[in-house]
Amino acid sequence: MSLSKEQVQHIATLARLHLEEEQFDDVVAKLSSIVDFVDQLQKAPTDDVVPMAHPLNQAQRLRPDVVTETDERDAIQANAPSVSDGFYLVPKVIE
Amino acid sequence: MAGQQHDLHTQTLAELAKGLSDGTFSARELTEALLSRIDEHDASLNAFISVTADWALARADDSDAARSKGKVSALSGLPIIYKDIFCTSGVLTTCGSRILENFVSPYDATVVERLSAAGAVMLGKTNMDEFAMGSSNETSYFGPVKNPWNTECIPGGSSGGSAAAVAARLSPAATGTDTGGSIRQPAALTGTVGLKPTYGRVSRYGMVAFASSLDQAGVITRTAEDAAMLLSVMAGFDERDSTSVDHPVPDYVGGLGASPKGLKIGIVRQHFDAGLDAQCGARVKEALSALEQQGAKLIEVDLPNLDLSVPTYYVVAPAECSSNLSRFDGVRFGHRAEGAKDLLDLYCRSRGEGFGAEVKRRIMTGTYVLSAGYYDAYYLKAQKVRQLISQDFKNAFASVDVIAGPTAPTPAFKLGDKTDDPITMYLNDIYTIGANLAGLPGISVPCGFVDELPVGLQLVGPHFAEGAILACAHQYQQLTDWHQRVPEAYQ
Repeated sequence: MSLSKEQVQHIATLARLHLEEEQFDDVVAKLSSIVDFVDQLQKAPTDDVVPMAHPLNQAQRLRPDVVTETDERDAIQANAPSVSDGFYLVPKVIE
Repeated sequence: MAGQQHDLHTQTLAELAKGLSDGTFSARELTEALLSRIDEHDASLNAFISVTADWALARADDSDAARSKGKVSALSGLPIIYKDIFCTSGVLTTCGSRILENFVSPYDATVVERLSAAGAVMLGKTNMDEFAMGSSNETSYFGPVKNPWNTECIPGGSSGGSAAAVAARLSPAATGTDTGGSIRQPAALTGTVGLKPTYGRVSRYGMVAFASSLDQAGVITRTAEDAAMLLSVMAGFDERDSTSVDHPVPDYVGGLGASPKGLKIGIVRQHFDAGLDAQCGARVKEALSALEQQGAKLIEVDLPNLDLSVPTYYVVAPAECSSNLSRFDGVRFGHRAEGAKDLLDLYCRSRGEGFGAEVKRRIMTGTYVLSAGYYDAYYLKAQKVRQLISQDFKNAFASVDVIAGPTAPTPAFKLGDKTDDPITMYLNDIYTIGANLAGLPGISVPCGFVDELPVGLQLVGPHFAEGAILACAHQYQQLTDWHQRVPEAYQ
């Protein structure tokens, strides 16, 4: 296994994913096989190669800094699991 | 009389457009005929997540009324189905995931807006691998889609519902998205035509994001001509997509007559290595011979880094997905876990319950390759190899006009055959991923059968050469009738 259970738990925490205890062995095994598979990349000689972030090598387009959005709060919050008076409700953050 | 139009489901968009224009049948009759096909056959396929019957009939009536007043546009009254990754105002957009099970978008994707404005009538939204992450349509929260040619087999993925529905004649056309082959591979496995345009050619606005430097919208149809009709409407600059390209949109339908005579077709040596099923390879070679007989020149080319395209993709795509899918937090929209003890627990449990196993694997792979200490070794390295792969294509296109070869290494496999091993599943996309990494347009066109399952020929062109690959595919379809074969149970 190229990844340990502790590493996988750390990755899951970074990714904000809760994993059930009984899922762990399967996740560790499959993630390890994926990491081993992508390790093939290490054999490619890339010393002077420029990393490619965009398939057409385009720069990000800029637009004039003007307000273009209208207030759609009600339409957008119609999809929220819990709202009140236009606010999103979450478990208490500050004691 | 509706009874006389019993064959409407077998007609192409181009044929249906003529029938509507000639008054042979109305948009309502056409819509009713296809809705009744969906009603009759979808239980055996599971190709649809939503069927929008009332909406479709109302739009069809609008279309008939407009036509009677002489108001006609490019796709007036013609049916379309959308992969459930395209946001549709007022209709569920689930992306095949529990986390979006109840999500209703407040707006239309640009693709939907443009097709609707041209008169297309939405019949429904199609099933797909969860968040487009899969090659077999088995990762959908709404259950797998079946292949109409053999319902024990997968239809390919991730646009498997779109491909199965078009192959089974439930709709002549569907949209799809292609991040690593998700239009072309299911098209090959279902005997349909699948077109992935150049990166940036079609707007990504309103398409649920998976991997933003690879995602591109396209179509699944039965003919290259129909794909050209739809692309003409869908393509073009959109200021709401920051990577949309401002590049003129040619007349794709008008260009279909270009003869393959003198066309330089690149045959990739590495495509016919051990990984390719021998019979699939034979079908592809027969197709290439048919084009050669029409005057095309077959020229051998190399893509020396082909074997690195799948590992490169499985660093770049998960990295981008881990970032894109961080928006699902159980707070603003989507599934929320019950009884969370604090905010962190709410995030972790909502995401843990809302995402399926494959999506979690990809998010975690992406999180790992971007994490401190591993970024250079994996993500930066993959971006460099991506440059090498892109350069390989540029070198090949210095001597050829298009590259042709297999779309997928095997015909459709059985449901469940590859679900236990992510790597064998990932290798299904070995021939399609390169076009995504390099941003190139590609099309899969039916080129025969192996054991009564369809095989696809893939054509890949340089950036913005959709016209060339569409014309080549169209000319090939004039020589063959593979695309007119209908699966036995869906005649």
